[in-house]
Amino acid sequence: MFTFTLRRLLLAIPTLLFISLIIFLLLDFAPGDPTAQLPLTIPPEVKAKIRESLGLGEPIHIRYLLWLKQFAVAEPLHAFDATFGTHFGEGMQRVISWQTRSPVGDIIAQRMPQTLWVVGLSYVLGTLIALPIGVLSAYRQYSWFDQLGTFVSMVGYSVPTFFTGVLLIVIFAVNLGWFPSIYDTTHVVSDWDSFVFQVRQMVMPVAVLALYNAAQISRFMRASMLDNLGQDYVRTARAKGMSEKVVVLVHVLRNSMIPVVTVIALGVPTIFGGAIITEQVFKVNGLGQLLITAIYANDIPMVQTLTFIFAILIVLFNLIADVLYGILDPRIRYD
Amino acid sequence: MFDTRTGRKLVEVRNLKMHFPIYAGLLRRRVGEVKAVDDVSFDIYEGETLGLVGESGCGKSTCGRAVLRLYDITSGSIWINGDEIGEADFHSLRRLRPTMQMVFQDPQASLNPRMTVARIISEPLDEHTRLSRAEKNERVFDLMDAVGLNRDFANRYPHEFSGGQRQRIGIARALALNPKFIVCDEPIAALDVSIQAQVVNLLEELQAKLGLTYLFISHDLSMVRHIADRVAVMYLGKVVELAPRDALYATPKHPYTEALLSAVPEPDPTIETRKKHILLKGDVPSPANPPEGCNFCTRCPKVMDICRKVEPPTFEVAPGHQVACHLYSETTHETAGETAAAEAHKSIQQGE
Repeated sequence: MFTFTLRRLLLAIPTLLFISLIIFLLLDFAPGDPTAQLPLTIPPEVKAKIRESLGLGEPIHIRYLLWLKQFAVAEPLHAFDATFGTHFGEGMQRVISWQTRSPVGDIIAQRMPQTLWVVGLSYVLGTLIALPIGVLSAYRQYSWFDQLGTFVSMVGYSVPTFFTGVLLIVIFAVNLGWFPSIYDTTHVVSDWDSFVFQVRQMVMPVAVLALYNAAQISRFMRASMLDNLGQDYVRTARAKGMSEKVVVLVHVLRNSMIPVVTVIALGVPTIFGGAIITEQVFKVNGLGQLLITAIYANDIPMVQTLTFIFAILIVLFNLIADVLYGILDPRIRYD
Repeated sequence: MFDTRTGRKLVEVRNLKMHFPIYAGLLRRRVGEVKAVDDVSFDIYEGETLGLVGESGCGKSTCGRAVLRLYDITSGSIWINGDEIGEADFHSLRRLRPTMQMVFQDPQASLNPRMTVARIISEPLDEHTRLSRAEKNERVFDLMDAVGLNRDFANRYPHEFSGGQRQRIGIARALALNPKFIVCDEPIAALDVSIQAQVVNLLEELQAKLGLTYLFISHDLSMVRHIADRVAVMYLGKVVELAPRDALYATPKHPYTEALLSAVPEPDPTIETRKKHILLKGDVPSPANPPEGCNFCTRCPKVMDICRKVEPPTFEVAPGHQVACHLYSETTHETAGETAAAEAHKSIQQGE
């Protein structure tokens, strides 16, 4: 297992290099000019100078290698320095956002907590809701509970979050006034009241995303359970005289979790991707919102870096899913 | 009734019916039922092996599972070791599970892939006994010895074994609680021939040592001949003939049994070429829509008019030899004899 993980990690390096090149080329070939937003009164030759100062005058391979060096060497060194108070990365050029002229890494670090709290919590919550629902609807297949669960899942899965989000705002923020419709990022939790406020402003975005995640995972859970409930070893367990609880929770559930855990693990990178739309609806200034505004502003270093981080996470969690699979299923051995 | 050994009935099955509902249409209304097991009665005496044979889909496995109440039966009564389990609820059934166990057909699928051999075998002990950990381990090792598995394999997973070894695990698991009655549901069907003999011999050995009673379900007639004391033949959810082994193989009474036995290949090629095979025509009717009268009337080479109208009752043609066929009824006997002779002639022609 260890050598497998190591081999996969080594293999991930060329994969990621290739991905980064593709992203870079795509962004480079895409139309759009970082100076397009500047006032028209600025003469063209000044604009050209601005472009040059942004590094756009260099040939494409130089820019790519430069970005790669900044991202792969300078940024980690700076992060290391910031954590341990060392000075390894001093004087090295970091990836700079064209919008704000501040390092991309710092902005991402600022935006990360919001995304992790809102989107991450909704993912955890969605999973926690989905698993029992999936188990129960499979165990009582075609019962009213199962039918209801199927219906809610279908709704949760097929109705887009920009609709459910706005719907919740209209009902709970506008009509009932229970929750604020806008997420206040500057809010600091210092005492009980501010904590309650924090919870209240998180309820709606978390609920919207949790519904979406739960819908997906509960379907997987149900399908996997149904798959296993009909297996012969379940009949064996019953013939042994096991109680129904043991049959379902020990025999069936553990075997059913194998594919579901993979699905859950593969879904984790989407947390960091931020629910772009939901963050927009509730004005949560997380990573998704950062990406969108960067795209609007043609802030290529920011878009490039964010997209590439998502790519790294996807590759990483693919590996984690594979390793988990090997741990959970004794039939799978990688060595 | 015919008595093989002690004469004590360990298992009594009366009018067992297992019908699976069929739902269809927009509103999933119940439109019918698959009569997988339809009015089956038999006894199994303590210490004997009752073979249950029949072609695929005739309800053998369903019958075996229903006898252990792995299904909720439609109707009928099942007595095992003096307890009525046909109507028993889930809890009392669970208490009775130790006396009755099952060895399943597919040794791969019937073992939980995520449990080690030791856990598979000891799980019933966790549930039904209060042994200490050391005692349980000892018991697991004893069982593994009893079925001929190396003790070193205790911490391996089922997929690491061959088919024959897996079936041994299944048998060890079934034996864990000292059962009296074991349903062997085609325990050798998934194994290759050399391993089949090993497993069957193991089952016989364990029977002799532990005084077990088997219901041995199989479609392998020669294997049933080897292991069974009495044999029941099933066709389309009904037992058509039930007889001591030798009587059944020597003088099959029911036309279906005759056909079934004639299909067994003969190892000697000179006999094999001269042998008359009774070839049945057509397919088995759907158990959801069995024919009126005798279930076998659509394919029977000796079919009479009455067969298409009246369901044959069971006749005892010799001590312990029961057959459900109009050929042996008192009233139709005269005519039946003639027809049977004529039909027999015809069937020989068919065989050629």
